[in-house]
Amino acid sequence: MLAKLMGLFLLGLIRVLTGAQARWIGCPPKAEQRIYFANHQSHADLVLIWAALPRDLRSLTRPIAARDYWTSSRFRQWITTEVFNAVYVSRERTANEDPLEPLIEALDKGDSIILFPEGTRGHAEEPQAFKAGLYNLALRFPQVVLVPTWINNVQRVMPKGEVVPVPVLCSVSFGAPVHLASGEERRAFLDRARGAVIALRDI
Amino acid sequence: MNHYLRSMTATEQVGAMFLFVFGCLAIAGIAVFLLSIRDQPSTPDGDNRRILLARADGVLRSSWVMAIVFWIGWLAGDTTATVLFGLVSFFALREFLTLSPTRRGDHRSLVLAFFVVLPLQYVLVGTEHFDLFTVFIPVYVFLAIPVVSALANDPQRFLERNAKLQWGIMVCIYGMSHVPALLLLDFPEFRDKNAFLVIYLVLVVQTCMVAQFFATRRLRRAPAAPAISASFNWPSWWVGVGSGSLLGGLLAGITPFSPGQAFAMAFVACVAGSLGHLVMKAIKRDRGIPIWGAQGASVTGTGGLLDRVDALCFAAPVFFHSVRWYFQL
Repeated sequence: MLAKLMGLFLLGLIRVLTGAQARWIGCPPKAEQRIYFANHQSHADLVLIWAALPRDLRSLTRPIAARDYWTSSRFRQWITTEVFNAVYVSRERTANEDPLEPLIEALDKGDSIILFPEGTRGHAEEPQAFKAGLYNLALRFPQVVLVPTWINNVQRVMPKGEVVPVPVLCSVSFGAPVHLASGEERRAFLDRARGAVIALRDI
Repeated sequence: MNHYLRSMTATEQVGAMFLFVFGCLAIAGIAVFLLSIRDQPSTPDGDNRRILLARADGVLRSSWVMAIVFWIGWLAGDTTATVLFGLVSFFALREFLTLSPTRRGDHRSLVLAFFVVLPLQYVLVGTEHFDLFTVFIPVYVFLAIPVVSALANDPQRFLERNAKLQWGIMVCIYGMSHVPALLLLDFPEFRDKNAFLVIYLVLVVQTCMVAQFFATRRLRRAPAAPAISASFNWPSWWVGVGSGSLLGGLLAGITPFSPGQAFAMAFVACVAGSLGHLVMKAIKRDRGIPIWGAQGASVTGTGGLLDRVDALCFAAPVFFHSVRWYFQL
């Protein structure tokens, strides 16, 4: 109940601040299993994609959250678990744990996920090089549709290190799905995926 | 008829005026609807007519929204009206700043503009601190914003970034806040009827803009500043300002002015509004965009909020201060 109210409140807030406009350029909103992979510049990214998705897809789509940051206080943990239904991943690689394990689990259950393949928030014009996670997931789940996503303007709403958001119109563009070609190299695929995300910026 | 209108109380008069405005909008809506169901040939001429109809539909829609906003504002009292205009300011400023790139160093200044300056300005309006409200932004905020920006330690394009922010604040907050301020002007013998003054201003300015739009289409004169606006030319501008002022003179009955004064005040408001619209066009050209609003929305042809209210943002302060100065209020 509380989580639902919080969800409504966040949805209203994000719409007043940013408009949260979704632009379905390369594919329609559809209830199939998908991995949305996007550029990452701000904590608000997660909320913005979540708000831009239609209501029915929102409940099927789980964002990825960094475990060290989002479980460090009880409020953060509550909001990511109860409101966003997030999947936690560890950013530090430990000896005998695959960091992708929680994602694989979620995809096995049939959920869609929102992934930020850069791994951390950047503040350059272009996203940093993608990490291998996206490739490994594409290899393991060939039936899941990979949708490149560009989040525009969010870094202006809440830059790294600021706490008060500022109202600026933002949009989320969803591009044409990317497929892993048979026998495609890891680096080549990741660069191609990154290119597909960047290409959405100028449309 | 006239006698009957005069015998009504102020509240009844304002109510009747709203009925009249809603009636006009309904008739215009029916006319546009009837024209739109008529089959248009697929020639360039027919396409033009379709585009024109679509645009008329957009203008009508925003007029409905505006009229309903005014009506709610009037029903709920001055405080609600002030809050409503505050919201319009907020969304207009959001559009303006979206399309004026800022840097990370501007973040605190933006927070200051949206969450301190904007509410404070409207509180000053609502509490009728007219002396402070006219100087609050040009004097105090003028200094406060660059101070906050300077402390962010980013010299790159400092003047440009600050100028943009100052402009946004002046147009979207300062200009807009003069509309609800009209509701609180204290005319002797004009109690409870200040809503008429707002409607008068809006009608006059909108008439001027619409008349100018149609005159441009009919006259087809060479534009005065083709690099800024393909449509702006002096003859059409005179037609627009003339129609607006004339309507203002005719509407003298709903204002505290004599017909001559009403004509002059309408003239001042129309000149300010239409030229302000031209200035906003120049800013849009500078940013390389056809309309305000979200990027991508332009594809659907709907204009932004700022496109609808920019003339009002420039007309309101000029009108307000002319009235205050002339009538020594």
